[in-house]
Amino acid sequence: MTVTETSPDKGPVIQVDRLTMAYGDHVIQKDLSFTVNRGDIFVVMGGSGCGKSTLLLHMIGLIKPAAGRIYYGDRDLWAADSEEKQALLRKFGVLFQSGALFSSLTLAENVALPLNEFTTLSKREVSSIVSYKLALVGLAGFESYYPSEISGGMQKRAGLARAMAMDPEILYFDEPSAGLDPISARLLDDLIESLRDALGATIVIVTHELASIFAIGTNSIFLDPDSKTVIARGNPNEILRGNADPRVLRFLTRDNSASSRSIGGSPP
Amino acid sequence: MRGFRSGRAKRICIQLVYHGSITTPVANDLNPLIWKLLEEHSDRPRLVLSGDWAVSATGQADSAELMGRLQQIHSPGILLIQDGGIRHWDTLLLSTLLEISQIASRRKLELDVSSMPEGVRSLFALATAVPSSPDAHHDPAPQGYLADLGQAARRFWADALYFNRFLGEAAISMAAFVRGRARYRPVDLWLQIQECGPAAVPIVTMISLLVGLILAFVGAVQLSLFGAELYIADLVALGMTREMGALMTAIIMSGRSGAAFAAQIGTMNVNMEVSALKVMGFSPVDFLVLPRLIALILVMPFLGLYSDLLGIAGGAMVGVAFFDIPLSQFLTRTSEAVDLTDFFIGLVKCSLFGVLIALSGCMRGVQCGRTASAVGDAATSAVVTSIVLIVVADSIVTLICNRLNI
Repeated sequence: MTVTETSPDKGPVIQVDRLTMAYGDHVIQKDLSFTVNRGDIFVVMGGSGCGKSTLLLHMIGLIKPAAGRIYYGDRDLWAADSEEKQALLRKFGVLFQSGALFSSLTLAENVALPLNEFTTLSKREVSSIVSYKLALVGLAGFESYYPSEISGGMQKRAGLARAMAMDPEILYFDEPSAGLDPISARLLDDLIESLRDALGATIVIVTHELASIFAIGTNSIFLDPDSKTVIARGNPNEILRGNADPRVLRFLTRDNSASSRSIGGSPP
Repeated sequence: MRGFRSGRAKRICIQLVYHGSITTPVANDLNPLIWKLLEEHSDRPRLVLSGDWAVSATGQADSAELMGRLQQIHSPGILLIQDGGIRHWDTLLLSTLLEISQIASRRKLELDVSSMPEGVRSLFALATAVPSSPDAHHDPAPQGYLADLGQAARRFWADALYFNRFLGEAAISMAAFVRGRARYRPVDLWLQIQECGPAAVPIVTMISLLVGLILAFVGAVQLSLFGAELYIADLVALGMTREMGALMTAIIMSGRSGAAFAAQIGTMNVNMEVSALKVMGFSPVDFLVLPRLIALILVMPFLGLYSDLLGIAGGAMVGVAFFDIPLSQFLTRTSEAVDLTDFFIGLVKCSLFGVLIALSGCMRGVQCGRTASAVGDAATSAVVTSIVLIVVADSIVTLICNRLNI
């Protein structure tokens, strides 16, 4: 992606249209429709086990929807032929919950992998880009480390460097702050925000971390496990101030007054 | 929940830990747990508990009899559980109460625990706050033998279809490789060749030498009856080149490399690395399966040939050392017995087995679930699958050769 100075274009980047997700006969969420606009930090929130991560897997093309469509621009991800789909996949980078770094490769090789395969850059150029990306996430000098030699938070940041390797227009984050201490989580939030501002990227985050949701979310949807669909949408701070569904408010205010609910979602 | 916030509840939790620990110093002073069930035929039965309801006190009495008695209460009513002087209590008391509450709810009895110590009440309230979810019990219902058999057959069929599909994908990927369009890391191919080839030489050496020895001994016992010990050379040479060289190499490689492939790819699956590959636009078949497949196809004939020669050497050792056949005569006999066709058949088999080992190893890895035990299962079933396929394929090739007189 080239960073253009004049990018006030706020048009839709991703459109999800009446998406239904199911494992076999077990419906997880149904009739999800929402739009992610350029420059958004879009938060998918909801309690544990409501299908947030599954939604992410659908949006990045790993699980085929039971019904409904996912559009990138005007292209339907699941109707695209394999070449077109490859091109769409190239538009986004994904940071998986565990980082999902290739454990047999060093950090530099991890970040360099897509650059080597999908560009015609020379070795020297690739290694300079790799160093830059690692420096961007605060891992300068860790090029030759293997993922198992660094901490969980560092693995996550290295995963982010790899997700950004191809300068994607859209960055997906699956529970970015899970397993991080509050300060590292805060630093990661800041990093996400400054990446959005500097690169003009669109960010989609799946999380239930309230601090992150309020700090950086500009738009959101709330998935409810009982009615199996979206029960609130919009800027998280406005949801909190407006008169949203009590279930959403309970989530956003950590209110356990109706604590008869079990911890952690419905059985699969 | 509320109970936990009070200071009292906190103290009780500490007490719980203290009594629950196995090294508790008071273990020897503990009285057995004592219970009395009173007025059990009225609508207000009472259960009086006293003594030490602690884990360390068990073995002196158990609550099975109590449960049996409770089962026999048939009239609905309120079961009052009274504290008749409980000295120490821990998890044991709570688990007993929970068990009683389950029986009581089946018997339409209400439970009144209001006279229990406060800590017991709040922990009991926590444990019963969320009713046991009917959805949560999904113990597979016991099925009949025929149903199990049917399930197994369906699984087998599904596996066969999947293998077929996998074979097709691998073939497409091979075609892309030949045209130079497959996306993989060449260094991975070299690594795999190193890992499957040179690294396997010591074990192949040992096994092949021993198999040659065994063949020679088994044959010699029979052949010496006719004074035809010299034909040991024929037996070993033909046996090794046409069958045993390829078969033993394949079995070694399925245990060494097939299992490793399944475990490597399975672990990548657990760690979402395979998903990451897909999202980055790589085909997992190109990236992961292809280097392993090519490595085995390339390496297996060399290992097979090496195994043939080592086996013949083993046979020669037996012939020379135990049956006084001069080495030169043994070698002449060997070269008369086998021709290049025999070697060729063995080597073709080796490559074929290489394909089967790589495919079944990689397939089980790709199919692997996302738990640690799934990785172990994947490795096991990779070895089983590949050995079954190897033996079946070997029989088919032998049959074809026999029909074609080669």
